[in-house]
Amino acid sequence: MVSSLFIPVLVLIVIIYGAYKKVNVYDSFISGAKEGLPMAMSMFFSLLAMIFGVNIFLNSGIIDYFFEFLKPLLVLINFPAEVLPVAVMRPLSGSFGLALLNDMYKIYGPDSFISFLASVIQGSSDTTLYVITLYFGTIGIKKIKYALWVGLLTDLFMVILSLMIVPLFF
Amino acid sequence: MINKLWIGLIVLGSLCLILTGQSDVLNNQILTSGKVTLELVMQIFPLVSLWLGIMNIAKESGLLQKASNFIYPILHKIFPDIPKGHESFSYISSNIIANLFGLGNAATPFGLKAMESLQKLNKNKEEASRSMITFLVINTCGLCFVPTTIISLRMLYDSKNPSYIAIPCLIISFISLLFGLLIDKIWSKKDGGRK
Repeated sequence: MVSSLFIPVLVLIVIIYGAYKKVNVYDSFISGAKEGLPMAMSMFFSLLAMIFGVNIFLNSGIIDYFFEFLKPLLVLINFPAEVLPVAVMRPLSGSFGLALLNDMYKIYGPDSFISFLASVIQGSSDTTLYVITLYFGTIGIKKIKYALWVGLLTDLFMVILSLMIVPLFF
Repeated sequence: MINKLWIGLIVLGSLCLILTGQSDVLNNQILTSGKVTLELVMQIFPLVSLWLGIMNIAKESGLLQKASNFIYPILHKIFPDIPKGHESFSYISSNIIANLFGLGNAATPFGLKAMESLQKLNKNKEEASRSMITFLVINTCGLCFVPTTIISLRMLYDSKNPSYIAIPCLIISFISLLFGLLIDKIWSKKDGGRK
């Protein structure tokens, strides 16, 4: 409800304030919107590269072998094995993670503990790799320095934190 | 970094597919990735353009500057490298606000503009600046009051309380954000010291 009003009110405020300050609102809108095309052009190529790489990797099934290998370890630390794919997928691909979540809801129901845990993991972070590719690719940064490490470490921290906090809410 | 990751993703994925005799999947990925990307960009492009237009009005009328002055005291602590009154503060704050309300479509153009203005301050145009990485950390944490996609998915499967998920998500992403900012601070000091 709040979020459905937020955008229209924001747009209205911007336009009315612009008119009040005697800005030519119409021309200003067009010259701003024109910047969208070069932006879209420059984001296309870095996204193409990343989607190409990520899709080959994720569709190869290599991750399934990896999970099989990790399963005995997960039992030791009390981590539900079904949730691992969602946790690993989270920084790599938003749509893959959502598809996995969809499957979990189908099998275990949306209100089961493992579905709840997986949803919290999915909802408590953004797709790190996508954000890095989109933002750095569009402005032409080649050396990203420690950005990816900070992003991935934070994602790992988020998963561990979810394991500790989610049982309190369930 | 990204270069090595990319090589790894493609070589490992391709070898696994070829060795398990699924080269048709590989062929399919090679043929469809372009289309998938174009569809994604086509979804983003009109919205980015629209918001850039609206944002330009806010910029020319001085509204963006006003919003930025308001949020400056907090952001200055997180981004010590950005000079006072710089336009990037207003884009960064708009991006954070849009993200908080779960408006990913509006957040992206603000974020792109923020990065563009940070690039103007950047000395080496090919290397990410400290402020850029900090801004990125804020974005990858996905801090949000309403995780709309997940709530609607939960609704679709008749969850008893679909929006209950928002509370733990907000707490966890907020703590992760603090952790991310801390790591970022430590790493940037280490990185700066090495030069």
